[in-house]
Amino acid sequence: MLLQVENLHVHYGAIHALQGISFHLEQGEIVTLIGANGAGKSTTLKTICGLLRPTAGAVYFRGQDISRLPAHKIVSLGISQVPEGRRIFAPLTVRENLEMGAYTRSDRREITQSMERVFASFPRLKERLDQLGGTLSGGEQQMLAMGRGLMSRPELLLLDEPSMGLAPILVEEIFRIIREINQQGTSILLVEQNAHMALSVANRGYVLETGRIVLEGTAAELRDNAQVRAAYLGG
Amino acid sequence: MTYVLQQLLNGIQLGFVYALIALGYTMVYGIVRLINFAHGDVFMVGAFVGYFTLRALAGVTLAGASWLNGILLFLLAMLAAMALCTVLNVTIERVAYKPLRNAPRIAALITAIGVSLFLEYFSSLKFVFGPNYITFPSPLPAQTWEIAGLRISAIQVLIAVVATLLLLGLNYIVRYTKIGKAMRATAFDRDAARLMGINVDLTISFTFGLGAALAGAGGVLYVSAYPRVHTFMGIIPGLKAFTAAVMGGIGSLPGAFVGALIMGVAEVTAKSVYSTMADGVAFLILILVLLVKPSGIFGRAEVEKV
Ligand SMILES: Nc1ncnc2c1ncn2[C@@H]1O[C@H](COP(=O)(O)OP(=O)(O)OP(=O)(O)O)[C@@H](O)[C@H]1O
Ligand SMILES: [Mg+2]
Repeated sequence: MLLQVENLHVHYGAIHALQGISFHLEQGEIVTLIGANGAGKSTTLKTICGLLRPTAGAVYFRGQDISRLPAHKIVSLGISQVPEGRRIFAPLTVRENLEMGAYTRSDRREITQSMERVFASFPRLKERLDQLGGTLSGGEQQMLAMGRGLMSRPELLLLDEPSMGLAPILVEEIFRIIREINQQGTSILLVEQNAHMALSVANRGYVLETGRIVLEGTAAELRDNAQVRAAYLGG
Repeated sequence: MTYVLQQLLNGIQLGFVYALIALGYTMVYGIVRLINFAHGDVFMVGAFVGYFTLRALAGVTLAGASWLNGILLFLLAMLAAMALCTVLNVTIERVAYKPLRNAPRIAALITAIGVSLFLEYFSSLKFVFGPNYITFPSPLPAQTWEIAGLRISAIQVLIAVVATLLLLGLNYIVRYTKIGKAMRATAFDRDAARLMGINVDLTISFTFGLGAALAGAGGVLYVSAYPRVHTFMGIIPGLKAFTAAVMGGIGSLPGAFVGALIMGVAEVTAKSVYSTMADGVAFLILILVLLVKPSGIFGRAEVEKV
């Protein structure tokens, strides 16, 4: 098991945002977390990455409890997150943004190779290497955010709403690339509002409701589930 | 005309020293949104470290020519000041500011004032630096040259050259090195920086250290030109450098540099008109900037993040 989340509780002050969730992800899988606004999806990803501390429970990565490690150490272990809202470093150039993605690595040649691999998926970035991140369009920023997330060569990539605010064509494109990244050997935990797209690429999924997992199954099972259809797939 | 140019030259010399202090204010503000009021006192400590180093090295000969020997001793004193100020400021950050990083910002601000007062009064104790004025020994022979009617002293040349090298060094670190890019990334979005694997605590400490190294060098350069060393000497240059940083747009490095040059020239000009006006002008500028363009010359109008 690559990732195992066990009985995770997270509080924001008095707000009990995660109320004991458990799920897992096998090597090579795409697993999706779906749920309405405020269900706790981003909170889950932030806790896995070490930005938030759980009040109870644990996160195991390759069997090691990482829930007390500082965020920067978790990146070196092989987990990378593309956060909600992209969080591009606006005053840094595209190249510098990608370099920051590779912050935990030091071999310059390998970093250049990774950058070439990112350009293969996102050729647009190569044309804009010296442009400031803040001046990219929304779609380009999403590409940069994903490229930057890949620069640490993660074993596990966490994607938080990669399709948010993108035109339908671009959404298709992003999901094609998600599949491609996965086929090259990276496991993916995908958080999405767009449950339809998410279930079309995922192997399995979990449905999150106000801090609890209420449903789980293979992507096909969830797609056929009446509850999921009503709540997340528009009937 | 020559007179005006001469004043401009003197003003720029002073501006370079202010720039070395202002950059520390602006870098620290950029990364932790804190006005480090103790920064001027770090500058003061730098001046003292320089003084004690030179005194300890008195009589040591590193080179035959006396001017070269003077420069080498001066550089040693400056490096000692830079090193000690770095250690001091990193310690201050770890002990006083870091525990308050997630507290309301006013708490850290009040702490900074406390640290400032502590440094001033603690260093005034007899067994530390003492309460008296000390005369800084001139590192160079009192040489002046006349070029096109302008008088340029050896000290002025030294300040201009050393400050320029330091500023170029800073520019290189911030723009091209890995830690410099991490500083900029962390200043813009701390959590996103964490997600990159950047050790944010280390990066913040580095920023405090870098600012302090410049302030320490600035302290030694300042007392080489205005050779009175005392424990409250950091207050006024500190406030002026802070004003320069605000004028340039706090958080902006080019802004701090330009602001400091304007501040230096304004002060020297005011002094040549009416000598006791110099300090008042600095604060008049601060008030005007805050009224007219609070975000400063290079500043982005930023909505306070709460
Ligand atoms: N910094 C915070 N302080 C207080 N409460 C928070 C904070 N961040 C999130 N919450 C609360 O925690 C709950 C879960 O939020 P979270 O951001 O994880 O939801 P989400 O599932 O990602 O929603 P969305 O789809 O809108 O992004 C929400 O009720 C939210 O209001
Ligand atoms: Mg979210």
